[in-house]
Amino acid sequence: MATTKHILAALVMDRPGVLNRMVSLFRRRGFNIDSIAVGPSELANQSRMTIVVNGSPGMVEQLRKQLDKVVDVVKVLTISETSMVARELALIKVKATSATRSEVMQIVDIFRANIIDVAADSVTIEVTGDEDKVNSLINLLRGFGIKEAARTGYIAMSRGSQDAVQATEKPSEPASPS
Amino acid sequence: MKLTGAQIVCECLVKEGVDVIFGILGGMILPLYDTLPQYPQLRHILVRHEQCAAHAADGYARATGRVGVCMATSGPGATNLVTGIANACLDSVPMVAITGQVPRTLIGKDAFQEIDTTGITLPITKHNYLVLDTNQLPEIMKEAFYLAKSGRPGPVLIDIPRDVQTEQVEFRYPSKITLPSYKPTLEGHPAQIKKAAKLINEAHQPLILAGRGVIISEGYDELRELAEKAQVPVVTTLLGISCFPESHVLSYGWLGMHGMAYANKAVNAADLIIAIGMRFDDRATGNVNSFAPDAQIIHIDIDPAEIGKNIRVDVPIVGDVRTVLNKLNKQVVPGGHIDWIQQLDDWRKEHPAVLIRETEELLPQFVIRKIYEVTQGEATIVTGVGQHQMWAAQHYWYDRPNTFISSGGLGTMGFGLPAAIGAKVGCPDSTVWCIDGDGSFQMTMQDLATIVQERLAVKIAILNNGYLGMVRQWQELFYQRRYVATPLSGPDFVKIGEAYGIPAVRVKRKEEVVPAIEQAMNSDGPFIIDFMIEPEENVFPMVPPGASLAEIIEEPRKEVVSWPRRSTS
Ligand SMILES: Cc1ncc(C[n+]2csc(CCOP(=O)(O)OP(=O)(O)O)c2C)c(N)n1
Repeated sequence: MATTKHILAALVMDRPGVLNRMVSLFRRRGFNIDSIAVGPSELANQSRMTIVVNGSPGMVEQLRKQLDKVVDVVKVLTISETSMVARELALIKVKATSATRSEVMQIVDIFRANIIDVAADSVTIEVTGDEDKVNSLINLLRGFGIKEAARTGYIAMSRGSQDAVQATEKPSEPASPS
Repeated sequence: MKLTGAQIVCECLVKEGVDVIFGILGGMILPLYDTLPQYPQLRHILVRHEQCAAHAADGYARATGRVGVCMATSGPGATNLVTGIANACLDSVPMVAITGQVPRTLIGKDAFQEIDTTGITLPITKHNYLVLDTNQLPEIMKEAFYLAKSGRPGPVLIDIPRDVQTEQVEFRYPSKITLPSYKPTLEGHPAQIKKAAKLINEAHQPLILAGRGVIISEGYDELRELAEKAQVPVVTTLLGISCFPESHVLSYGWLGMHGMAYANKAVNAADLIIAIGMRFDDRATGNVNSFAPDAQIIHIDIDPAEIGKNIRVDVPIVGDVRTVLNKLNKQVVPGGHIDWIQQLDDWRKEHPAVLIRETEELLPQFVIRKIYEVTQGEATIVTGVGQHQMWAAQHYWYDRPNTFISSGGLGTMGFGLPAAIGAKVGCPDSTVWCIDGDGSFQMTMQDLATIVQERLAVKIAILNNGYLGMVRQWQELFYQRRYVATPLSGPDFVKIGEAYGIPAVRVKRKEEVVPAIEQAMNSDGPFIIDFMIEPEENVFPMVPPGASLAEIIEEPRKEVVSWPRRSTS
C-alpha cells in the first residue's frame, strides 16, 4: 500500500510520561516518526503536539485511534495538507569565508531567512517555512559546506476558523475505516 | 483528618468496595502491609509468587465482574507481576495492581530493588501512575478504579514510593473524577444502529460472532433476544464461550484455530457477520484476507481502535455491547432464515464437533466430557494453556453465563491454578474446576500452598500427557515429528498433593474416571486428579497457522494413527 506523509495534531494533558506513552505506542505499532514537536498550548495544563508519520491512510487512522486511547491524550486529529498551515524552523551553520560570505547572504535574503550568528569562518542561519523551502535552502547551502543543521519538525494548525484540536468530546463515531 | 499514604490507600480500597487483595510483601510496600490490620474488611491472600497474585486477581475479576486487586513490592515483586498484568491487558480484565517503590529521594539512583515499574508496565496497562505527591493519592486511587472498570476494562498500576506510604497528609476522598481526556463512548451512534438493523433485516445468511465483550457488559439477555428475534445463529470466540448457552438451538459453537468445523464453515458462507464485543484476533479469523469473503460486517465494540484494525468493517458501532444491543433489538424485525439454519444444522451433522473416538485408551476428551456429566454442566471451568485448554473448551458445554475462564490473548501457561484461586475466592459458592496440563500446572503449582492455607475447594484435573502437548502437536504436524524439548517429565502429582495436604488420585483407565471425579466432588476441600491421558492425542479440528478458516483439518487421525509411536516411559 502506498505510504505518504501524514500530520497528526494532538492535544495532551501535561502529565508525567505522556510523551513517553505516545512514543512508545509508535514503536510498538511499528511506526516511524518523521518528526515530533511538543510545546505548551493556549490551555492550562495541556500541550499541543505535532507528529509527522509515514504510512497508508488506513494505518495512520489506526494509529490515530490508538493514540486517542492513551488516557492522557485529550484528542488527536489527522490534518490534511490542503487545509492546514505547517511550519518548521531550522538552524544551519554553514562555512563562510570572506570570499563566500556575500554569496551566502544573498541566498539567505532570497529565502527570507536570517543570519543569527557570525564567526570568522561560518555563519548560522535561521529559516522557517514548509519542508520544501527548508530543503531547498539546505541544498543550496550544501555547496559552501554545512557544518551543522538542526530542524524542529513541523508544527501545524488547520486553516481559518476551524479548530484542529479543541478540547471537545472525543468523536463518538470513528471515521469510516479504510 | 490526617492519614498516612498507606491508610489513604486502604481507605480508598474500602470505598471502592474491595474485599480481597492478592499479594506478597517486601521492604518497599511494608508500610502499606503494616496498615492492613487496621482495615479488617480487606482480606489479604498471601500467594507464593507474584505472578499468581496478578492471575488470581484476574480470575477473581473475570468471575465476579469486579476489579481484581493485587499487590507487590518494588523490583522483583513488580517484575513478577508483569506476566499477569499483560495477561489481563490482552483480555480486557479490570485490575488494579499496587506496587511499592523506593523512597522518592532514591528514585533514579539504582537503589536496592529499584526498577522502573511504570516504564516496564507502560505498554501492558490501560494506564499507570507513579505517585510523587501524597496529596494526589486519593484522586489517583479513584481514577485507577474508574479506568480499570469503565470503557474497555484493563489493568491499571499504581507505583507508590515507600515514603509516600508513610507521609501524613489531609485525606479527602474526591467526590468525582475529572478526566477530560477519557470519555468512553457507550451509547452507539443512532444512525449506525439503524444501518445495522437494516442490514440484519435484509440478510439471508446472517451470523453473530460474539466475544468476551458480551460477558464484560453482561449483555447475555440482549444477545439472546437479538438471536431469537432475528433468528440469527450464534458463533462465539474462544473467550466468548459461555456468553450464549451452548445448548441453545441457535448456538453453533466457537470459531478459530480449534473451533468447530461447522462454525468456521458458517463464517465462510455468511452474507452478514454481526461481530459483537470481539476483536478479530488472528487465532479466531485465520488468514484475514479470506475471512468471511462474502459477508458484510457489522462490528459492535466499545473500543474505537478495534474497528477496522484487523478486518474491514461496513457498519462500525462504537459503544457498550449491552446498551447497543438494547437499541438494536428494537429495530430488528422477526426473521426466518430457515434455509440457512437448515444448512448449518446439516453441516453440524456432517462435522460433529463432539465426536470422541471409541477406544481403550484414556482420551482427554472423554475425561472432560465426564467432568461435564458429573458436574452437570454447573461448574466454572478455569484452564491453563495448551491442548487441554482447547479440549476443555470443546468438550465441556457451557450453558451458564461466564463459566469459562481462560487466558486468550496472551496464552499464558500457568494461568489456570491461580486464576481458579481467584475465581473460587470471588464466587465461593461456585464449583470451580481447574483443568490444567502437566506443563502449565508445573509453572504455578507452588500456589497449591495458597489453596490449602485459604481452604479453597478448588478441584484440579491435570491432563497429564508427559509433553508440552500443544507444541508437540505442532512439531508432529509441521516439523516432521521432531520432538525437540517437548517431552516433559514431572513429579508424582499425587505425592505433590499429599505434600501439600491435598487429597489426590491418579487415573489411568477409563472406568476410573467417573469415580475419581465423584470423589473430588464429594470431598469438601481441594482435590487433585492426575489423569494419565493418551500422550500423543491431538486437538482437532485445526486451522493451520496462517491458513484460512476454510482450510480446516478435521480428522487426519485416521491416517495418522499408524504413525510410529514414540514410547513414553
Ligand atoms: C508461559 C508460556 N510459555 C510457553 C508457552 C508456549 N506453549 C503453548 S502451549 C504449550 C504446551 C502446554 O503444555 P501443557 O500445559 O502440558 O498442556 P498440553 O498442551 O499438554 O495440554 C507451550 C509450551 C506458553 N503459551 N506460555
